[in-house]
Amino acid sequence: MVSLVLIDFDDTGIKQPARSAVAAALKLGEVHALVAGAGVGSAAQAAAKIAGVTKVLVADDASLGHALAEPLAALIVGLAGGYSHLLSAATASGKNVMPRVAALLDVQPLSDISDVVDADTFVRPIYAGNALATVKSSDAKKVITVRASSFDPVAAEGGNAGIENITVASVPCISRYISSELSKSERPELTAAKIIVSGGRGMQNGENFTKLLDPLADRLGAAVGASRAAVDAGYVPNDYQVGQTGKIVAPELYIAVGISGAIQHLAGMKDSKVIVAINKDEDAPIFQVADYGLVGDLFTILPELEKSL
Amino acid sequence: MKLLVAVKRVVDYNVKVRVKSDHSAVETAGVKMSMNPFDEIAVEEAVRLKEKGAVTEIIALSAGVTQAQETIRTALAMGADRGILVETEVALEPLAVAKLLQAVAKKESVDLVLLGKQAIDDDMNATGQMLAALLGWPQGTFASKVEIADGKATVTREVDGGLETVELQLPAVVTADLRLNEPRYASLPNIMKARKKTIDVVKPEDLGVDVTPRLTTLSVAEPPARKAGIKVPDVATLLDKLRNEAKVI
Ligand SMILES: Cc1cc2nc3c(=O)[nH]c(=O)nc-3n(C[C@H](O)[C@H](O)[C@H](O)COP(=O)(O)OP(=O)(O)OC[C@H]3O[C@@H](n4cnc5c(N)ncnc54)[C@H](O)[C@@H]3O)c2cc1C
Ligand SMILES: Nc1ncnc2c1ncn2[C@@H]1O[C@H](COP(=O)(O)O)[C@@H](O)[C@H]1O
Repeated sequence: MVSLVLIDFDDTGIKQPARSAVAAALKLGEVHALVAGAGVGSAAQAAAKIAGVTKVLVADDASLGHALAEPLAALIVGLAGGYSHLLSAATASGKNVMPRVAALLDVQPLSDISDVVDADTFVRPIYAGNALATVKSSDAKKVITVRASSFDPVAAEGGNAGIENITVASVPCISRYISSELSKSERPELTAAKIIVSGGRGMQNGENFTKLLDPLADRLGAAVGASRAAVDAGYVPNDYQVGQTGKIVAPELYIAVGISGAIQHLAGMKDSKVIVAINKDEDAPIFQVADYGLVGDLFTILPELEKSL
Repeated sequence: MKLLVAVKRVVDYNVKVRVKSDHSAVETAGVKMSMNPFDEIAVEEAVRLKEKGAVTEIIALSAGVTQAQETIRTALAMGADRGILVETEVALEPLAVAKLLQAVAKKESVDLVLLGKQAIDDDMNATGQMLAALLGWPQGTFASKVEIADGKATVTREVDGGLETVELQLPAVVTADLRLNEPRYASLPNIMKARKKTIDVVKPEDLGVDVTPRLTTLSVAEPPARKAGIKVPDVATLLDKLRNEAKVI
């Protein structure tokens, strides 16, 4: 039984969630990695070093340049024959392409698994993580996305996999990449950060994020996150959103500032090791999951916190 | 141009669900049900496209139990023109729903299918992508902006690092993210008008689709509860706890 893991990477290298997907796949047996894109030489080299990976398939072609679902799914389906399980992390890219792969194989995908029971049986959160379903698949092949926060990533170094180049068949071009507007930040990524400082509607505007939360995050070497309300109001970009429909995170320390604690927000952060809540409303639901709660006005607490660090 | 929009009946997003004591499922009896919030956004987008003249007819489809008619009625009250209920007692998985949508999309010769990005009950985030695959159409998932012109859909997508824009040749499938729009409330006159709109009821067999589930749910459990924490009086105590008790900074 061999699994194929689609590797998420960008200019900075391989994404941590990809190594969590490898960790999940290793519970099933041997693991091969797939690096697909345009000009992926260095990503392929990096993938070969991931602990536990025994082979890296490299598909380097202009058509794969922006991980568009249509050509990428066609590629994976073409490789599927040799594999019992096809996996990726449940990143935006993985969630985009893997269900497409599954449908082409007439398979019901297993989305966002949080545990591997056996080769056919997996645990996955439903209802915003308010329930955990153990499901058994009767499909011959499994198509899976992996909740990265539920699996400790394997080491980035230590492996020594062989690299095999794949020829990429041309597929009709029905979609076209136009442009990206990516948020630039020197801070760690939300899904890889050890500490996250998140702001909600209580922050009142984007300026307060910059003035009050950013310096605190920098002191702590933390990433900055946000509630949906803060994103919807335009305080911060969409990729800051933590929650059921944003990013799922489980850092060592999550500091929620001016966030009430709606179930959809808790869904994205309640597996954090330590949760701190700062809120002026002592009855805010966020305090029900917080290890340490501080009731008060964030506009006095945040400057004080930054000064005392 | 015809548009098909998929609307799912789910437990209302405000309900805190409970797992049944026999661990077979989540309790849904006597629980408030509503249209999946992402589907409201999809319907709103459909209606706006019609208002802009890009679309001539909106068909709202729901698959599931008889009561899913109510969900279709909501879509009709928001501005959809007619409805289709694919009626079944089988607990449908995304693969089955995608096959049902595929059959209807072909039969009705639609040019665009709008879905929510995710159903908030099963949290699969799969149906739209699967439908696009079955139809061999391009997909624009997690859309925060959609523009239709010259036989193409330009879709801005919410991705992990920010936003990405892609151009899709029509026919295409688009799934709605939270910031695509703010859904309207149906006005009373529109709710009245919706009562006169037609809902066709069909069975999966009529569409030639086998909806047999591929997954068996062995058990449903509550996630481990967090232990209740403490309130600290001030910043100094908080930092002391984080340094010396939790040892996380
Ligand atoms: C389908 C769906 C999906 C969703 N997905 C997500 C998701 O992924 N992530 C998410 O976060 N939400 C999500 N939501 C939204 C969610 O239901 C809540 O609306 C949202 O999380 C609220 O954000 P908030 O806590 O910042 O705002 P509010 O609920 O308005 O809370 C603001 C808090 O700030 C506090 N506050 C105000 N001023 C101060 C001050 N000066 N000092 C200290 N505290 C102060 C208030 O006491 C209050 O508790 C989703 C909703 C739906 C329907
Ligand atoms: N039973 C259903 N009836 C109608 N639409 C559905 C159904 N199930 C899923 N969908 C559509 O597919 C989207 C994604 O659902 P899912 O893949 O289950 O997360 C939903 O937002 C709906 O638009």
